[in-house]
Amino acid sequence: MRIIRGIAASPGIAIGPAHVFQPEDLHVPVQFVSNPEAEWQRMQEAFQKAKNQLQEIASQAAGRLQQQDVAIFEAHLQMLEDPELQASVQAAILHEGKNAESALMENAERYAVQLESLNDEYFRARAADIRDVARRCLRILLGKPQPDITLLQPSILVARDLTPSDTVLLDKSRLLGFCTAEGGATSHTAILAKALGIPAVVGAGPQVLEIEQNQQLVLDAWHGQVVLDPSEDILKQFQDKQRAARAQAAQERADAAKPAITRDGRRVEVVANVGHLDDAHQAVALGAEGIGLLRTEFLYLDRQTEPDEEEQYRAYRAIFEVMGERPVVIRTLDVGGDKALPYLDLGHEENPFLGWRAIRMCLDRPAFFKTQLRAILRAAVGHDIRIMFPMIATVREVRQARALLEEARLELEHAGVPFGRQIQVGIMIEIPSAALMADALAKEVDFFSIGTNDLTQYTLAVERTNKRVAHLSNALDPAVLRLIARVIEEGHRAGIWVGMCGEMAGDERALPILLGLGLDEFSMAPTLIPHAKALIRSCSLEACQAIARHSLTLSDYTEVETYLQAVNSLA
Amino acid sequence: MPELTLTIQHKVGLHARPASLFVREAAKFQSNIMVFHDGKEANAKSILSVLALGVNQGAQITLRAEGPDAEMALQALQALIEKNFGEAE
Repeated sequence: MRIIRGIAASPGIAIGPAHVFQPEDLHVPVQFVSNPEAEWQRMQEAFQKAKNQLQEIASQAAGRLQQQDVAIFEAHLQMLEDPELQASVQAAILHEGKNAESALMENAERYAVQLESLNDEYFRARAADIRDVARRCLRILLGKPQPDITLLQPSILVARDLTPSDTVLLDKSRLLGFCTAEGGATSHTAILAKALGIPAVVGAGPQVLEIEQNQQLVLDAWHGQVVLDPSEDILKQFQDKQRAARAQAAQERADAAKPAITRDGRRVEVVANVGHLDDAHQAVALGAEGIGLLRTEFLYLDRQTEPDEEEQYRAYRAIFEVMGERPVVIRTLDVGGDKALPYLDLGHEENPFLGWRAIRMCLDRPAFFKTQLRAILRAAVGHDIRIMFPMIATVREVRQARALLEEARLELEHAGVPFGRQIQVGIMIEIPSAALMADALAKEVDFFSIGTNDLTQYTLAVERTNKRVAHLSNALDPAVLRLIARVIEEGHRAGIWVGMCGEMAGDERALPILLGLGLDEFSMAPTLIPHAKALIRSCSLEACQAIARHSLTLSDYTEVETYLQAVNSLA
Repeated sequence: MPELTLTIQHKVGLHARPASLFVREAAKFQSNIMVFHDGKEANAKSILSVLALGVNQGAQITLRAEGPDAEMALQALQALIEKNFGEAE
């Protein structure tokens, strides 16, 4: 028995055999051929064979492919048939006498580099596509088998990392879980696992690749570990845990619509983080009492021009209608130099997380910002809507944003357009300066919502996506907890409510501390809501207050984690 | 040689699905069809070259066709672009 540790990217327990997906590194032989005509013939046969393979996979997968998966297939087929690629490969073989392998790989790489230079996520994905297609042909030329991702039995997929074009072929009905050597919490694998609701441990290091085909595994994605060849005892423990977890999840779902009230009578709101219309439907189905964070970026990304007021109005309205009378906190645009929007010159920044982003950018572009504000105000008619400004660092920014909101109101008033009049205005607390100035900020707004991902990153000076320092970042760090405590205390002193919409709000370990500190609203991914509500119902506020008080006195997050584990094992 | 200048209205430009449909339509014709944009040119039947043009929304492209069905090819591509690749907006 052996244990490998990684990052828990999607919770749950999976037990089953490993399916190791490890495409071998391909060597491209470079040589000149004596019979170019025959070589070109060989190349054409390889193209045809690759095409047949893709078509066969597509027909096997027919019916269970998502629309975006179909698009990947079509892109691959079109690239395979590309007349320019074929002509350049043909010329390299017939005129320069190159062998098929090197002629193909050089020309495919040339296109991949060209596409990558367009410097956009979409083109980087297409560059990966052409490389995938070329490798498929290369394996055919070399007489090597295509790496097989076909699951013949329910399995845990083990790989270095996975790309969309790998997982497109995956039979998700036989997939028990993911275990990868590389990748982080935001990798394709992690996102896919969460969407499918199956466990994943990612970034577990190169030892993962030593796992053998069909080796028995326990994937414990609650604790980010993989157990190889578990002993009878351990296996039985996890089987019991898995069975209990399934029964518990079913019960929690059944109770999801009931309120979240602690044993001693403290009621808190449990609401959802929502990124688009589908999430809103899911949120309602899973017992969300509202939306605590409606991200509006979905309207702005992956397009060439900015969304106009009418388009925004319709999109917001559709989501508000799904939520009915439930409150919705809608966050104004939160983008910066880490995202490229063709119609907004955000520029390239050395340090986009400290740069011109979110409210800073919006305040500098009042016309652009007011378009969004008018759309929200109009869509708010008949609903309980709360506007939230992201990335507030100073009181002055709040005043400026409120002034623009007032201008947007007056514009609608003058135009005689109906709009929502009972709207709360709040801010995200995600910058340490805002947490420290919470007393002054609380006088300017109707609510606070704490964004723990950024608050942690800025407080500890750790970029979340930087693998080498990511382990230093933990929202349970007492420095972060003290800021959170201060924000809640100052908010309550001024008589406003305080919520949280970072990942911490849905983290069951942090829940007793947050309850104890007096948090009023917990906003999380919809799938986490039933469990969070059940946990809150099992807590006593008084006990949580003691846990919170003690946590604030500890010296670093490892101490907090150890303490919470000890408390949990007592409960 | 017939030639035609058009504006791409689709919100993603001549990328993704629109590019795929465009190339597929062009491939139905025998004629050579070229796309010109921003000083670059591409074979309309080549997805890789069309993508590499980087045609964004609102950009103009010029199409030129040469061959037995040149006129028909341009008409078909014009119709596809003007119908916004079959999408409502």
